[in-house]
Amino acid sequence: MTGDGIRLLAPDGTRVAHPEHAIDLSPEELRSLYRDMAMARRFDAEGVTLQRQGELGLWPSLLGQEAAQVGSVRALREDDHVFPSYREHAVALGRGMDPLGLLRLFRGVDHGDWDPEEHRFHLYTLVIGSQTLHATGYALGLAKDGSESAVVAYFGDGATAQGDVSEAFNFAAVYGAPVVFFCQNNQWAISESNEKQTRVPLHQRAQGFGFPGVRVDGNDVLACLAVTRWALERARRGEGPTLIEAFTYRMGAHTTSDDPSRYRDAAEVESWRAKDPLLRLERLLRAEGAADDAFFAETEAAGEALAARVREGVRAMTTPDDRNLFDHVYAEPHALVDEERAAFDVYRAAFAQEG
Amino acid sequence: MAGEQMTLVAALNASLRTALVEDPKTLLMGEDIGRLGGVFRVTDGLQKDFGEHRVMDTPLAESGIVGTAIGLALSGYRPVVEIQFDGFVFPAYDQIVTQLAKMHARSRGRVRLPVVIRIPYGGGIGAVEHHSESPEALFAHVAGLRVMSPATPSDAYWMLQEAVRSDDPVIFLEPKRRYYEKGEVDTRPAARPGPPTARVVREGTDLTLVAYGPMVATCLNAAAVAAEEGRDLEVVDLRSISPIDFDTVARSVRRTGRLVVAHEAPVFFGAGAEIAARITERCFYHLEAPVLRVGGYHTPYPPSRLEDEYLPGLDRVLDAVDRALAA
Repeated sequence: MTGDGIRLLAPDGTRVAHPEHAIDLSPEELRSLYRDMAMARRFDAEGVTLQRQGELGLWPSLLGQEAAQVGSVRALREDDHVFPSYREHAVALGRGMDPLGLLRLFRGVDHGDWDPEEHRFHLYTLVIGSQTLHATGYALGLAKDGSESAVVAYFGDGATAQGDVSEAFNFAAVYGAPVVFFCQNNQWAISESNEKQTRVPLHQRAQGFGFPGVRVDGNDVLACLAVTRWALERARRGEGPTLIEAFTYRMGAHTTSDDPSRYRDAAEVESWRAKDPLLRLERLLRAEGAADDAFFAETEAAGEALAARVREGVRAMTTPDDRNLFDHVYAEPHALVDEERAAFDVYRAAFAQEG
Repeated sequence: MAGEQMTLVAALNASLRTALVEDPKTLLMGEDIGRLGGVFRVTDGLQKDFGEHRVMDTPLAESGIVGTAIGLALSGYRPVVEIQFDGFVFPAYDQIVTQLAKMHARSRGRVRLPVVIRIPYGGGIGAVEHHSESPEALFAHVAGLRVMSPATPSDAYWMLQEAVRSDDPVIFLEPKRRYYEKGEVDTRPAARPGPPTARVVREGTDLTLVAYGPMVATCLNAAAVAAEEGRDLEVVDLRSISPIDFDTVARSVRRTGRLVVAHEAPVFFGAGAEIAARITERCFYHLEAPVLRVGGYHTPYPPSRLEDEYLPGLDRVLDAVDRALAA
């Protein structure tokens, strides 16, 4: 089962039958999936623009990965937990996160300090793969509590080369942790293609650790939803971890600091453009009479409103007080931090007097 | 007698037992800590009494152990992790430095990671490579970590209590060559001394010797030998390596005018360098001699037949004392 993986919605917008992962969604649910993907895409585009304008230091674009993120996050229950990497902007929106919280990190006013328990969306993790272990530990904690909640860990193809990810697979398998490993294989780890990362299709790794691994068409929002839901149900029933490889494509750069034209072929990008996740759902919605021009216009307007709010919000973000440097280094008093803060205050006061 | 005589290992075991009894959220994790009771038997009998749910044998993957402990802490548990030997901590160093140490600060205090990482450390037991190292400076240099090391069974019991109760991540370094030395331990709650600060363990007037962990006993021996030669040395047990209680050290140095710092770890960029710099800054006009350091060399820890040459023992400490007093 390589190739595109489990598919319920073809690029031309027609439905594909699947014996195990059929899904029955109302027109309203289909429209809502489309809307979430469109909003995420517009939000992401604004992130790129704001970086280009110098308002953000960096932006990792999710362009092309909307179906993988929106489909998977829609499968979660309210009480489930997400452990993201740093590109899961659509997952964040899907959990009800304030988009400005994410942007503060890329603005450089904080390191991303939202309350991880409020929406059960944990902090972005920039060290590749680390969060898969945190997700596994958290899932173990939930299991020890007798909870029926589960955890989804998001990571990319590049992370699968990290030891931490293999250790997470093994720990989760050994302990039967209720965790879903959701790998967005977007084909590129900055400039390194899958050929530089792995000798076997990524979903096949799970077999060696003793749990199921499946590939899903990562540009098919219906398949991503159905398969993630199935994996979460397994976790809830105490059947342990699942690896989902969402086979997708990073249409943009790794981040705004990257220039993909140096290492990849334009024809490849074009071939993936034909598999666009929004386009295929739009085709389905129109073919089935589930959405009309008015709906798409309305969605576009909502996207513009979000972009405007984001623009305004980012520009209004102020640099925090520099005394914050010394806050929260420790939970309890630490003499060295107190001493350095006091010295810093004296040093700064000297400038104030000169002022 | 209020306390009872026990080895340092038995004190640690009793302390872990107390922690498991007092807080159902406390968990132990590590390699071979269950049925075996750990390679040094620190966790002996705990899995039998508290079950696999609380005392977890883990796969042999240090990054996995610490990363999973972080996740457990995020979900409300208080993991106490055993790393089997000092030289095996480095696969976990990434998780400790990039995640464990920083998460409280980056979350502006929202996230607390009350994780204790116990590491048997130091040499002198005739071990093979990677089993005798002293990595404390590598942890003390990282903001967000607390680092401590007991020298006696009583401190082992109570400092581990403090580590377990702390809401900060703690690197708890156990002096493995002192594991089977005995001392009096009073485990009654009323005896709780509070967070570890430096302690004057021998009073003297001629020179201050600062040490921690396995070197405290060495320095006390050196002071006893020096006393036969009519030299009156003060010995300070640092106990905590992050933060360092410089006030107690400075008070002592202001009285004695001389300071020698001893640790097994290499001298270069070691804890002694930090203490020398800070005390020089604070006590410059009280010092009668340069602050001297005694420690390991800038070499890998040697094969065991050579470790007596590498480890700072009685003679190296006394040599530094002589040089400081001659200045």
